[in-house]
Amino acid sequence: MALPQTELRPMGKPILRKEDPRLIRGKGRFVDDILLPNMLHLCILRSPYAHARIRRIDTSKAEAAPGVKLVLTGEDLAKMNLAWMPTLAGDVQMVLATDKVLFQYQEVAAVVAETRAQAEDAIQLIEVDYEPLPVVVDPFKALEPDAPILREDKEKKSNHIWHWEAGDREETDAIFREAPVVVKQNVRFQRVHPSPLEPCGCVADYNPATGKLVVYVTSQAPHVHRTAIALTTGFPEHMIQVISPDVGGGFGNKVPLYPGYVVAIVASLKLGVPVKWIETRTENIASTHFARDYHMTAEIAATEDGKMLALRVKTIADHGAFDATANPTKYPAGLYSIVTGSYDFKAAFVEVDGVHTNKPPGGVAYRCSFRVTEASYLIERVVDVLARRLKMDPAELRLRNFIRKEQFPYRSPTGWVYDSGDYEKTFKLALERIGYEELRKEQKEKWARGEFMGIGISTFTEIVGAGPAHSFDILGIKMFDSAEIRVHPTGKVIARLGVRHQGQGHETTFAQIIAEELGLSVDDVVVEEGDTDTAPYGLGTYASRSTPTAGAAAALCARRIRDKARKIAAHLLEVNEDDVVWDGAAFSVKGLPGRSVTMKDVAFAAYTNVPDGIEPGLEASYYYNPPNLTFPYGAYIAVVDIDKGTGAVKVRRFLAVDDCGNVINPMIVEGQVHGGLTEGFAIAFMQDIPYDADGNCLAPNWMDYLVPTAWDTPRWETDRTVTPSPHHPLGAKGVGESPNVGSPAAFVNAVLDALSPLGVEHIDMPIYPWKVWKILREHGITE
Amino acid sequence: MFPNAFKYEAPASVDEAVRLLAEYGYDGKVLAGGQSLLPMMKLRVAAPAVLIDINGIDALQGWREVDGKLRVGAMTRHAELEHAKELRDTYPLFFQTARWIADPLIRNRGTIGGSLAHADPGSDWGAAMIALRAEVEARGPQGSRLIPIDEFFVDTFATALNEDELAVAVHVPTPKGPAASRYMKLERRAGDFAIAALAVHVALGTDGRVSEAGIGICACGPIPLRAAKAEAALIGRPLTEEVIVEASRLVPEDAEPADDLRGSAEYKRDVLRVFAARALRDIAKELQGKVGIQ
Repeated sequence: MALPQTELRPMGKPILRKEDPRLIRGKGRFVDDILLPNMLHLCILRSPYAHARIRRIDTSKAEAAPGVKLVLTGEDLAKMNLAWMPTLAGDVQMVLATDKVLFQYQEVAAVVAETRAQAEDAIQLIEVDYEPLPVVVDPFKALEPDAPILREDKEKKSNHIWHWEAGDREETDAIFREAPVVVKQNVRFQRVHPSPLEPCGCVADYNPATGKLVVYVTSQAPHVHRTAIALTTGFPEHMIQVISPDVGGGFGNKVPLYPGYVVAIVASLKLGVPVKWIETRTENIASTHFARDYHMTAEIAATEDGKMLALRVKTIADHGAFDATANPTKYPAGLYSIVTGSYDFKAAFVEVDGVHTNKPPGGVAYRCSFRVTEASYLIERVVDVLARRLKMDPAELRLRNFIRKEQFPYRSPTGWVYDSGDYEKTFKLALERIGYEELRKEQKEKWARGEFMGIGISTFTEIVGAGPAHSFDILGIKMFDSAEIRVHPTGKVIARLGVRHQGQGHETTFAQIIAEELGLSVDDVVVEEGDTDTAPYGLGTYASRSTPTAGAAAALCARRIRDKARKIAAHLLEVNEDDVVWDGAAFSVKGLPGRSVTMKDVAFAAYTNVPDGIEPGLEASYYYNPPNLTFPYGAYIAVVDIDKGTGAVKVRRFLAVDDCGNVINPMIVEGQVHGGLTEGFAIAFMQDIPYDADGNCLAPNWMDYLVPTAWDTPRWETDRTVTPSPHHPLGAKGVGESPNVGSPAAFVNAVLDALSPLGVEHIDMPIYPWKVWKILREHGITE
Repeated sequence: MFPNAFKYEAPASVDEAVRLLAEYGYDGKVLAGGQSLLPMMKLRVAAPAVLIDINGIDALQGWREVDGKLRVGAMTRHAELEHAKELRDTYPLFFQTARWIADPLIRNRGTIGGSLAHADPGSDWGAAMIALRAEVEARGPQGSRLIPIDEFFVDTFATALNEDELAVAVHVPTPKGPAASRYMKLERRAGDFAIAALAVHVALGTDGRVSEAGIGICACGPIPLRAAKAEAALIGRPLTEEVIVEASRLVPEDAEPADDLRGSAEYKRDVLRVFAARALRDIAKELQGKVGIQ
């Protein structure tokens, strides 16, 4: 039972999360909790090599092993035309390898057995004869003319996948030619992984008697999964039901369709019983989709007095063996062209080249709206490089170059139309709250004593809430989202949405939206997501899109219900509809405040006392196609102290001032900010998936892929300004990803600010203690 | 994440455990706290045919002082040593080390004997026991013997224990005179194995000069190592800044770190030097005024 929160007008209030009582008591229902009669277990054999030809696979011993019901190889799938499947990026990906493997941990064969232990025992008995091939892990080497071609299946005999650009090359180059100041910096955004607590997994349940295929899958986008399964397997879509139960974190990892899902479905279709496949931690990190891995170069052209004129960006994007980046179809580099950030550049030009290497496929948005994290990190880092070159305070340089509030809606040189913002106000609040001037004073004193403290700033702009449909689609499906609301006769409400939360608190925030619009309490509204047989079609939860799209749909759907309710209220009040007014809690008669009916009264009447000419019932649905994206932003400031002896960085303070427009639930927003900052902190200081020259993954588990604990995590200070989105029905913007998008640059800028007396321009993330130690010792600084 | 099939034995006494070890030989593996062994088995890196679970042997629990030594039972959990108030004054290195081991869950299950017998060079207890000049009490079919800690670690994951011997306790000499210690550890993340760590134990004689010096090095070689040169540089001398600097510079000379994801060998050596100096300065401060002459 949720705690009763009967308050009316819940909008903007810190309502406790309705989902927490079950989740914190261990009563959630995750995919691995699903146990079905006669269920079998699937286990996948993976390649030890990063690049090898498969000469022969002998499955005979595995087939004879105890409990084994089925062994599948790529050849078996090829007979069903399922050895390959489409990716979200228009490429294809092997489900089980046929002639060769292209990354370590690639799926090679699968065993289905009565128990998981039997399946794990049996895959050890599969004999695979590999012929190792030359490995390419460096995307720059992959582009060299003599590099081995990795994708022999493709027509294009090159490891180069695509070239993409945005902005105006000539105009930008012209400004650079004349500019008095040009700075240039290479910046790597390392390969990281969303690494949710719950790894990927599914139960595929084909019932030969009904012909129905139910797939329980830990999914951020159940409808997309249903359509992708239909398109991949040819199974009729109306006979597929995808159920995404409680999801233990997604962060972008649970958007794509993975080979394991296809294999589980094939196994269930062949055997006619449910088949469960649950990844191990290693399988999750080392084979499901990674994020980032961008090798970026940025140049800024500026005047000597600190006016930024133009931005030029060149990027090599390492996509691994298959191009499986999860981006809208027209945007192979996602929304990366938001790289001009919060600054009023005259011109910009951005180009990205996608490259194949012998690494796992991916390019998902890890708590990030399609490559925005890379863009924000790059611009915020390079603005600091320019400040250093100009010997100008990085805060002052930002203030001189912000897009001013009167310029909104602002068209950026790469074509985005920013909806709203007041960057100066938000940044000045942050400077004041952190005590910027005093910190600078303290820093000077510390430097004089040979101590190193740093202040790092990031004033980023996010771009979230895809659609609009004219520009954005996934697999051709337009990126709208949806809500369906049913008001029961007693005035209680069930609402279903096309998105799927994984910790974002939709069961609470969307209940707040609907309760607010209908004059009810949040306890009157239950929000359900994740079952494609009941929820309206939607594109899912990622890229901070739920509130901008489904949240808007929920509000507009509720208003549709209110419009009908007004007609019924007029009937109950025995007046003309034009004489009925809604005050947020009840309908009353204009000029007669004593006479009113509540939504509960109307709901009962909708089923018991409907006037002629009006359909009974009180239900509505709404498919919302946003007119534009929303552009939340923030001003983040980190204060760090450096241990000269070990090079360790201590984050003394971190302040995040966010502006995500109108806030529906400030407690949930703050929780989102805390979580995102913690992930940004991890990326800045801990997380990386390195590969050795043979393509061996060196961080395939939580021993080496580091997820911070509460002990490591700095204390977060938060604040906010409110600049509503002019086009969102509630004036809201997305927020879940802002802290992860905006914070890495603040951390890294703080470390470089601390080291600025040494003239160090840049350190690539993650900033491990040894990197700082090396710089200190190279400059003769020791303890 | 299931291990290979294995046979399970749960002896109720040390004698029975030793008999089972003799019976199964190489195929047998002792299960203590299981915090390293079980993950290795689940990853199928380790696949023992027989697990001999010693968690039911009461005689392996707890500690007592005997004959100028503290005897700590092999199955004493890290968390017990972390929280044992009665050990804090005389044997502070136990709680100072225990609180750095992994995370609370692992400390609740993991044991000091299991950790030493596993012989991971990144084990925090290894360095601490070197600093305290501990001995490991081994019991075999022929009875008991004490193995000095410097002879106990043979190589990574290899000890001087015979196949049929069980580590039943660790013995630590009671410091003579005022003593202090520090455990210094640098991690990439809380609960991670050390980038480098150092255990330092110092006791002063009545003349205020160092009478006992023990410095154990963690995660900087194939086994936990002793900073013998630095120890020698401390013995018989007062803990002045000059002596501290000299001794701490000698610590890296006995380390054998390797380049890896945690940092270069050069880096780890320097961290050991920094840690030694910090630990010795802290210790000097703590012991100031504890003896007549300084």
